[in-house]
Amino acid sequence: MDIMENLLNIFVKSIFVENMVFAFFLGMCSYLAVSKTVKTSIGLGIAVVFVLIITVPVNFLIEKFILKKGALVWLGEGFADVDLSFLTFIVFIAVIAAMVQLVEMIVEKFSPALYNSLGIFLPLIAVNCAILGASLFMQEREYANIAEATVFGIGSGIGWLLAIVGIAAIREKLRYSNVPDPLKGLGITFILTGLMAIAFMGFMGITI
Amino acid sequence: MSKQEKEPIFSAKNLNLLTAPLNRNNPITIQVLGICSALAVTVKLKPALVMALSVTIVIAISNVVIAALRQYIPDRIRIIVQLVVIATLVILVDQILKAYAFDVSKQLSVFVGLIITNCIIMGRLEAFAMANKPWPAFLDGLGNGAGYGIILIIVSFFRELLGSGTIYGYPVIEKTGLYSVGYENNGMMILPPMALIVVGLIIWVQRSRDKSLIENK
Repeated sequence: MDIMENLLNIFVKSIFVENMVFAFFLGMCSYLAVSKTVKTSIGLGIAVVFVLIITVPVNFLIEKFILKKGALVWLGEGFADVDLSFLTFIVFIAVIAAMVQLVEMIVEKFSPALYNSLGIFLPLIAVNCAILGASLFMQEREYANIAEATVFGIGSGIGWLLAIVGIAAIREKLRYSNVPDPLKGLGITFILTGLMAIAFMGFMGITI
Repeated sequence: MSKQEKEPIFSAKNLNLLTAPLNRNNPITIQVLGICSALAVTVKLKPALVMALSVTIVIAISNVVIAALRQYIPDRIRIIVQLVVIATLVILVDQILKAYAFDVSKQLSVFVGLIITNCIIMGRLEAFAMANKPWPAFLDGLGNGAGYGIILIIVSFFRELLGSGTIYGYPVIEKTGLYSVGYENNGMMILPPMALIVVGLIIWVQRSRDKSLIENK
């Protein structure tokens, strides 16, 4: 049961406490640009979850068996000192770009309806900082096994989905309110995000 | 024709490339690019400065490289080429920071790596470097880096002053003796949400001063 508890803890933590948008400001660019209507933001959110579920575990395996200091030891004793960790960034971004392409092809083949609704968002995800950020956090926090890394990936994705759908819903309602002219559009969105982040801080310190 | 090509190095057009991003075409408050990394590093002035400098270097050099190569890059794979150029430069910056400024590099943690996906860089490469010569591209890179830096510095200045009572590590509030008359630091300013609200306020100020920037929606 301990394992399940640990996984659940990581899951809840990555959704609420360490929310990608509200605690680390990751993926802000697309968060601000695409959050005008709820419908499109759900599409983008789902695409992000999709890609995170795949890229985080894949990058975890690459990190564990290729990049880490001494990770190449399975090739033979002579490789025990090889440290490739300086290649992290370039390998991670390459994996992400490749995975986004792969996910796009798979979705197109097996679920054309979903593919059409995600549309332009899938390729855009390659340069979404939330994706690379999740992989880098996974590396920095040194998750013990692939299950933890996967759960972290799913959790971060759902957290991001939650954030963008929330702000999109608020922005739709905002059309009927009287915002000072200079704050219209971008300014008020920033301040709203700040207020939402304060609300999310209420989850801080929660452990299961 | 040769006369047209011999444009002075600092012609008005080129200078405009350098100064427009500081205010009217600011990458953060107007173009809405690169917000991801901008906010997380602004608790203190020092990491913000380092971040601004790193981004400026990466954006200026990658702009030059892409502008120099622009006729040789096949259109279909340009994103990958751009990512490789950026990632290489970011690795260099990361290794230099780790070697000469280790404590700052630890504070910035993953955000150095996230320069790769910083949309300012991709945005400028796509919008400017792919269609211009290396020298204007270099100026454009410097200008946008500086515009990004200015917002970072303003935000971190207020957050450090109001949140920790220091400026660049120097205890201003303590020296002026405000604590003894009952002044207290606002702990709220250190928390992540306030970065967003401060940027929101900067946008408010900027757009009230220049009405033409107001969005009509």
